[in-house]
Amino acid sequence: MAILRACGLRKEYGRGTGLVRAVDHVDLDVEAGETVAIVGPSGCGKSTLLHLLGGLERPTGGELRLADRRIDRMSETELARLRRQAIGFVFQAFQLVDELTALENVELPALLAGAGPRVARRRAVELLERVGLADRAAHLPAALSGGQRQRVAVARALVGRPYVVLADEPTGNLDSAATTEVLRLFAALRADGQTLLLVTHESRVAATADRVITMRDGALVGQTNLAGAGGGLGAFAGLEG
Amino acid sequence: MGVLTAVIRLALRDLRRRRTEALLLLIAIAATTTTLTVGLTVGGAADRPWDRTRAATAAPDAVATSARSADLTALANAPGVTGTAGPYPTVSVTDLRVRDVRVAAVVQGRDTATGPVDRPVVTAGGWVRRGGVVVERAFAHALKARPGDEITIAGRRLRVAGVAITAARVPYPSSTPGLVWTTRADLRLLGRPVTSHVMPIRLADPSTAPAFAAAHRNVRSWQDMGAYATAELHLVNQALLTGTWALALLAVACVAVLVGGRLADQIRRVGLLKAVGATPRLVAVVLLAEHLLVALAAAAVGLFAGWAAAPALARPSTGLLATGRPDLTPGSAVIVVAVALAVTGAATLVPAVRGARTSTVRALAGPARAPRRSPRLVALSARLPVPLLLGVRLAVRRPRRAVLALVSLAITGAMVVSAIALNGDITRKDARTTGIMFVPGAPNPVTEQVDHVVFVITFALLALAAVNAVLIAWATSLDSRRPTALARALGATPGQVTAGLSAAQLFPAALAGTLAIPLGLAVYAGARAAGGASGGGAIPYAWLPAVIPGTLVAVALLTALPVRMAGRRPVAEVLRAE
Repeated sequence: MAILRACGLRKEYGRGTGLVRAVDHVDLDVEAGETVAIVGPSGCGKSTLLHLLGGLERPTGGELRLADRRIDRMSETELARLRRQAIGFVFQAFQLVDELTALENVELPALLAGAGPRVARRRAVELLERVGLADRAAHLPAALSGGQRQRVAVARALVGRPYVVLADEPTGNLDSAATTEVLRLFAALRADGQTLLLVTHESRVAATADRVITMRDGALVGQTNLAGAGGGLGAFAGLEG
Repeated sequence: MGVLTAVIRLALRDLRRRRTEALLLLIAIAATTTTLTVGLTVGGAADRPWDRTRAATAAPDAVATSARSADLTALANAPGVTGTAGPYPTVSVTDLRVRDVRVAAVVQGRDTATGPVDRPVVTAGGWVRRGGVVVERAFAHALKARPGDEITIAGRRLRVAGVAITAARVPYPSSTPGLVWTTRADLRLLGRPVTSHVMPIRLADPSTAPAFAAAHRNVRSWQDMGAYATAELHLVNQALLTGTWALALLAVACVAVLVGGRLADQIRRVGLLKAVGATPRLVAVVLLAEHLLVALAAAAVGLFAGWAAAPALARPSTGLLATGRPDLTPGSAVIVVAVALAVTGAATLVPAVRGARTSTVRALAGPARAPRRSPRLVALSARLPVPLLLGVRLAVRRPRRAVLALVSLAITGAMVVSAIALNGDITRKDARTTGIMFVPGAPNPVTEQVDHVVFVITFALLALAAVNAVLIAWATSLDSRRPTALARALGATPGQVTAGLSAAQLFPAALAGTLAIPLGLAVYAGARAAGGASGGGAIPYAWLPAVIPGTLVAVALLTALPVRMAGRRPVAEVLRAE
């Protein structure tokens, strides 16, 4: 069953001759536990699609469902509540709060969701252990490497036990070693059955997905199934150790 | 020369690009310079009406009063006395009537020809004649009496022959009852016993008048009378100068917020300037020059507006001769310009130097100053509801801005508290100016003017504080674009973010409201002490706690728009831009 479903999804900017179709009639199904990578050249609308799927932007048209709930008509407040419980975001530029420690950054979504400080702290500690950064909990983002910052961001995305984690160029700002750290983490999440939707222009990252969807000029133009073809979990094999 | 051209060009171009901010800066500094100009103009000219009246009326240096005329004749021969007039008999009555108004008065019997000392200047009609009385001008003004009007004194019908000014008695209502001159014959015809005799005295050395007055019983010096005659101008001047201090502090806060906000925004420009070869000193000079140009323009606006407003805000008693529009002295102009430059310099210097010291690469990368971190408050806020959690964390990111908001609101609140207390004093004083000694229904020109000036200053303070509150909310919302967008991406609702931004404004406002009460009472006590007020004040204690919710409501309303706009900014757009 599709956990995330888009039908005829559109996002347009401007009018008349200045009309830009950033996302053009996209149909997409993401199954629970699946890892999907969306690839394409810069400016093809990948990030906009991800923002639409996460409710950060409103579509111009089409239908969007998450766990069978229609979300494209939800109010901003309803979308915010939905993001707390059902969606985790990982951004290219990490988007950590500079003045909060790694632990405080991770517990922030739980606090925003109304969890008690102890519960939020326990969950954050648990997630930092899971991403291998328990010893960096008290560090500010400025004191962490790029890879560590992105692992903190991943931990933060998982706080609400989301149905789906949306990652926008998660390795775009990382060097090769840090990219490996993050991909290892994604492999672990995938093994745990976490649904992942990645936007990337790196073939190394795309190769770790079950399915790779190609996007051009706002439309989905191709799809490759990698599960069972050396992709998916298999592609993570070389990252171990 | 080339450097100077570059500095001026860069400063002017940037000002033109940011007209609204430049205008707000101009208004904030001009409010201070205008008030200061009025204060200095009024203060410098406060004694002039009294001096002119003295010169025009051959005023006595001292005035002696006694029940027995013989005592005064003896005083005329005292050492230092070079001339006297009178003694003039006076009768106190409680039944002077003009139309349907009844009031007490002092009626002085004079000769139809004026003497060598104390020659009242007739400003309307003529001098006393049989059946015709002359009314002291401030008293006539309160009675609305004009030459030709019928006046009844002790049941005897007379005509108002004229209206005159004297410096031998403090004008009504600073001294009561009001003064009326009649002929000696008409005074006798009133059929009332003479209450006292008055003798104006000329001294060889007028400056010795206070010593002369101290050495003899019932003698009043011209200096003592002058202090009462010009009391309203001195009080107005005092209120204006106190208000100037408060406005200057608010202007510093306003300039600091604007400059700080602009610098955060301009950091990339600083990097560009440095990248093309500008030295740190040149960068600081450009930033300073830009704001000092605004300060000079504000000083010019303030000097003109203050000079134009001075006569409307401070009028001498109608019992004194007018001296025309008070002059603005070169010394006062220098003080006003210096204050404008000091206010701007104080608020601009630190950010300008800090901006100049920013490394070129860091400045080009564009990030503003790193936000502050307060581990204790972060931990504490985790226990609070989401809007308060966000509010605390947003407020502590920029403690300097929170302090500026606190100072701005606390000063305004304090001035409002002291104005309320002062208003209570004025109301109480006005309540005392009833009874037979005062013309019923006539306003008290002294309290009226002080009241007027306090209102104008309070209004200016409130307006400037409102500008500050909006600017601070605007700067906070701009500065917290990324954290608030991030909070929304992580699940905070637009309402929670809006409430959080609002809470960030309300924390300093609550503290400011609380501090404003003792601070305002201290200002009020200081003003009373400076004015030599005696007895207990009229502090409306029951109203004081209302200052705290009042401040909170005012700040919430003023900041509602920038905060609401910030809370609804498109999340994806902000995160993409950052």
